[in-house]
Amino acid sequence: MSEAVADLGYSKSELMIAASARQLGGVSNCFVGVGLPNIVCNLAQRTVAPALQLVYESGAYGARPERLPLSIGDPTLATGSTAVTSMFELFAFYLQAGLIDVAFLGGAQIDRHGNLNTTVIGDYQHPEVRLPGSGGACEIAIHARQILVIMRQATRSFVERLDFRTSPGHSGDPAHDAARGWHGSGPTSVVTDLATYTFDDATGEMVMRTTHPGVTVDDVRANMGWDPMVAADLSETPPPSGEELRLIREELDPAGVYAR
Amino acid sequence: MNASKVATMQDAVRELVRDGDTVAIEGFTHLICFAAGHEIIRQRRRDLTLARMTPDVVYDQMIGAGVASKLIFSWMGNPGVGNLHAVRRRIEQADPGPLEIEEYSHFGMVCRYMAGAANLPFFPIRSYYESDIPKVNPKIVPMTSPYDETDEVYVVPPLRPDVAIVHAQRADAAGDTQIWGLMGCQKEVAFAAHRVIVVVEEVVDEAVIRRDPNRTVIPGVVVDAVVEEPFACHPSFAQGYYDRDNRFYLDWDRIAKEQETLDAWLDEWVYGLANHREYVEKLGDAHWESLRPGQALSGEVDYGRYS
Repeated sequence: MSEAVADLGYSKSELMIAASARQLGGVSNCFVGVGLPNIVCNLAQRTVAPALQLVYESGAYGARPERLPLSIGDPTLATGSTAVTSMFELFAFYLQAGLIDVAFLGGAQIDRHGNLNTTVIGDYQHPEVRLPGSGGACEIAIHARQILVIMRQATRSFVERLDFRTSPGHSGDPAHDAARGWHGSGPTSVVTDLATYTFDDATGEMVMRTTHPGVTVDDVRANMGWDPMVAADLSETPPPSGEELRLIREELDPAGVYAR
Repeated sequence: MNASKVATMQDAVRELVRDGDTVAIEGFTHLICFAAGHEIIRQRRRDLTLARMTPDVVYDQMIGAGVASKLIFSWMGNPGVGNLHAVRRRIEQADPGPLEIEEYSHFGMVCRYMAGAANLPFFPIRSYYESDIPKVNPKIVPMTSPYDETDEVYVVPPLRPDVAIVHAQRADAAGDTQIWGLMGCQKEVAFAAHRVIVVVEEVVDEAVIRRDPNRTVIPGVVVDAVVEEPFACHPSFAQGYYDRDNRFYLDWDRIAKEQETLDAWLDEWVYGLANHREYVEKLGDAHWESLRPGQALSGEVDYGRYS
């Protein structure tokens, strides 16, 4: 599988970046994380969303990073930004009040309804692996109007049952979800190293939409802990274009820290 | 002219940080006062409750050195790198002893400081709905709006640390403090805490502060000590003064993996040095030169003169 992708002249990460960036067309602002989401947002700003404002939970609004930020609090995010806010203002006035269009989340575990675990593997009181915890993820999941999830896919991360629900996704009952009154209500899409997914309106369940070039539905099934819904019009993920690859390799991540 | 609160780091920590205290060294990636953490380690404080939104390398160092028995936080990790090995050893294996934890989300932690700073009994937020976090932290409580019985929020309690340690670019001798760049919750934690140590790159004349009052984040009235300690954030950064030393964060992953290598690092870089000035000298001029940013001056504004 990985060999097949390598033969196509781009990495799995580059495909994930390009597939995610295309979902930001027309979006006006985006809550950015470190790593892949940061490159995704910067690529979108140079392609499908030129007016995209990059928002970081550290308080930088409308950031214009001159170098690839290695953390969400990099000094390059403050210099030249539209605004630097206190963290209270960012979470209260921007996020909680509903101004954030899109946010990226990931996690150690996700379930079929897009609930996410970033807290613990095993029992909370006696953890096998203590993970970082929520950070801003819990409130981001509730308040951002769209949530895009980027994760590598494996049976240990795409699980039937989470060890801990840090950030709420869809409940499985659309009537309940509609009555929540949140700005968002569960992730809107998931991009992995194997496939892309959206969520079913009727059940709130993850639906496989595309498989990446060289990847079969059975490959995807073998890397998740439940039998997934598959779209009737399942197609192949469009590969990154020459221009997308040029931007990633020459401008956004020339050292290949995240994209290779 | 107000009375000077200028002190050395040794004296400020000796007088204001006591065994058993709740101590918050804040700063969100930016302005994290590592030098204060090192001085607390050097003075062998014990049984501290450490509060911080993002326990990162400075708390891994302090917890690895045995100063703390409890951690209050919302995200723990080595930003952009991975785990905090010393903290995880304490939580996962009680090695060398257990560490009590009390966890929130970022917004919850910010609002705990807000409630503390504003003298409120709790702070309401729209978070934690359908999350397991309140199940493991009984201090996060659902509450129905008194004005709309269909509107439910969660409330978090005030956090009033015994001591807050806040780094900033500059302050005057009375503690009037100015910050630029990412703000974290330096302001909220300073107003919330009972005792406040401000550590700065430069102590400046009161007139410098008065020329740009909108940039003053913390007034001297809540400050107990002002410590002038250049480069005190390393490997964190001070906007406009020095860059984040990303190499050190990567190196820490290896250093902290075993308690023995962590202890050896503490011996060389904390216990083996008398103060932060020796740490700065030990790193050497070439290292500091490599962290010096280019220049990006703000424009000036005219406050106007009304005499």
